[in-house]
Amino acid sequence: MNKIFETPIYAYKHSPDQDASTPVRHKVIVVGAGPVGLAAAIDLAQQGVEVLVLDDNDKVSFGSRAICFAKRPLDILDRLGCGQPMVDKGVLWNQGKVFFDDREVYGFDLLPEKGHRRPAFINLQQYYFEEYLVNRVRELEAEGAPIEIRGRNKVSAVGTHPEHVVLEVDTPDGSYNIEADWVIACDGANSPMRRMMGLDFVGRVFEDNFLIADVIMDADFPTERWFWFDPPFNRGQSALLHKQPDNVWRIDLQLGWDIDKEREKRPENVIPRLKEMLGDEVEFELEWVSIYTFQCRRMEQFRHGRVVFAGDSAHQVSPFGARGANSGIQDTDNLCWKLKLVMDGKAPEALLDSYDTERVHGADENILNSTRSTDFITPKSEVSRLIRDAVLDLAEHYEFARPLVNSGRLSVPCTYDGSPLNSADALGGPARTRPGSACPDAPLGDAFLLSKLGDGFTLMTIDADAPDEIEEDGIVVKRLALSVKDDPTYELKRRYLGDNDSAVYLIRPDQHVAARRPGFDDNQFRHAIRRATGKE
Amino acid sequence: MAELILTPNLDAPDDFYADLLATHETLDKVESDALNARLILVLANHIGDRDVLTQALAAAAPKEDTQ
Repeated sequence: MNKIFETPIYAYKHSPDQDASTPVRHKVIVVGAGPVGLAAAIDLAQQGVEVLVLDDNDKVSFGSRAICFAKRPLDILDRLGCGQPMVDKGVLWNQGKVFFDDREVYGFDLLPEKGHRRPAFINLQQYYFEEYLVNRVRELEAEGAPIEIRGRNKVSAVGTHPEHVVLEVDTPDGSYNIEADWVIACDGANSPMRRMMGLDFVGRVFEDNFLIADVIMDADFPTERWFWFDPPFNRGQSALLHKQPDNVWRIDLQLGWDIDKEREKRPENVIPRLKEMLGDEVEFELEWVSIYTFQCRRMEQFRHGRVVFAGDSAHQVSPFGARGANSGIQDTDNLCWKLKLVMDGKAPEALLDSYDTERVHGADENILNSTRSTDFITPKSEVSRLIRDAVLDLAEHYEFARPLVNSGRLSVPCTYDGSPLNSADALGGPARTRPGSACPDAPLGDAFLLSKLGDGFTLMTIDADAPDEIEEDGIVVKRLALSVKDDPTYELKRRYLGDNDSAVYLIRPDQHVAARRPGFDDNQFRHAIRRATGKE
Repeated sequence: MAELILTPNLDAPDDFYADLLATHETLDKVESDALNARLILVLANHIGDRDVLTQALAAAAPKEDTQ
């Protein structure tokens, strides 16, 4: 049987656009059908925006690639109507072990916080992730939503204009031109769109190579994240073992800089390395092998007129901490509602500048974290190795040193502190729900808070009065009336009220807090709505 | 902000100095370097205060006038 990633799932079909005498104009064209492009398209189509996805091939990701998906993207996928299949298929894990040299230094249990619908993270091959997104696209198509994917449609030239973009697209039947009011470029770290537009992509190159191998084995390793520093089977380097669904295990081996990539990738060279790591008695089959290098860098700005970059095309990080696909999904979550309001004439184009501000902030946070992890995992000088090894030695004996061990700080949602869309905090409530924060989930009896927030602006009241709906200059805000009594576990109170008896939150369509006050004040909230939509 | 103590604060400075040397006595350069690194981390954790540690890093850094 063919693997899912060997099967065309959006095969090329000739489009009437290819025979049009003048280029057909679309509302939004998304370039790239990876996790980020598909999430963008689903988000827009769900809001009724006509969207066309162009991809240079016709299959899901070849090999597992991104495998760790964090809670925030899962929450976003719930809003996009496809969180459940991901969580059903994904592997849940909370425990891990750290090894140094030939010994186990310590084990950990991340003990996830209770009262969330979704786990802190799941492991899932990128090909499944993309398959479930494509399934969601098909579901939307069947419901009549204005969404289409065109496989083997490769953008070969870009023309930018003040009010639109022209793309030249190569297909098996030759090339054609097509236009869009807006283009979202989700075409990956090597983004041809970025290159064709001659845009910068600056940052730090890490001189290192990593071998990724996915092996299929019936081993009784526990469902844990195992990380080795300087193990006997990979001297002076690091290694990672992590479980994916279907008995597939991800193995990551650091190889160093000065290697022959083609040689290292050959099964006859990979298999002995893996045997040394897993033990001779373990039977396994290689599913996929790849060697990667990485860089930490970003574009100076993500929006260039009518072309907006999202995901790896805009920013690239080291893989430690699962901050690639996870942050890309947060990009489109941030972008799509803004684009929709601008396209509908309900917000000024300036609202899109806040996409730049907020997601550049997010990218910088991810670059900082992943750079620090990389510096710990692959020390670049004698003294940094000395200090790193001291941390690992101490961690074996003393608990205090364990938080200093950095084998990747897993992706957590970015708080948009200082965003021009935030109103000053008038509640003084818990820090985790201050303006700019992604709303943390909370249990509400049999249901959960985030599933009640929807796609639009929400006025969430907790033991406070407010109108059921406010409309301010075309923006409709619907009330969600809650009481601390709705949650007998008091998480809602702990996360949203703190010491206060009541609160009113203005929540953006991407579930980030825009404003909060102890009670409803018509004038103040109208200001907050204007601010959150780029009008003040 | 907590102040880093840069005035004499050790009860018996000669005793501490002797203990420090004794700890290193049988070690070679590599082992001694590793011990020093561990010692810094143990002490830093005990201090715990970021402000004090920042001042300590600055106090220990090479002085411009001596370079």
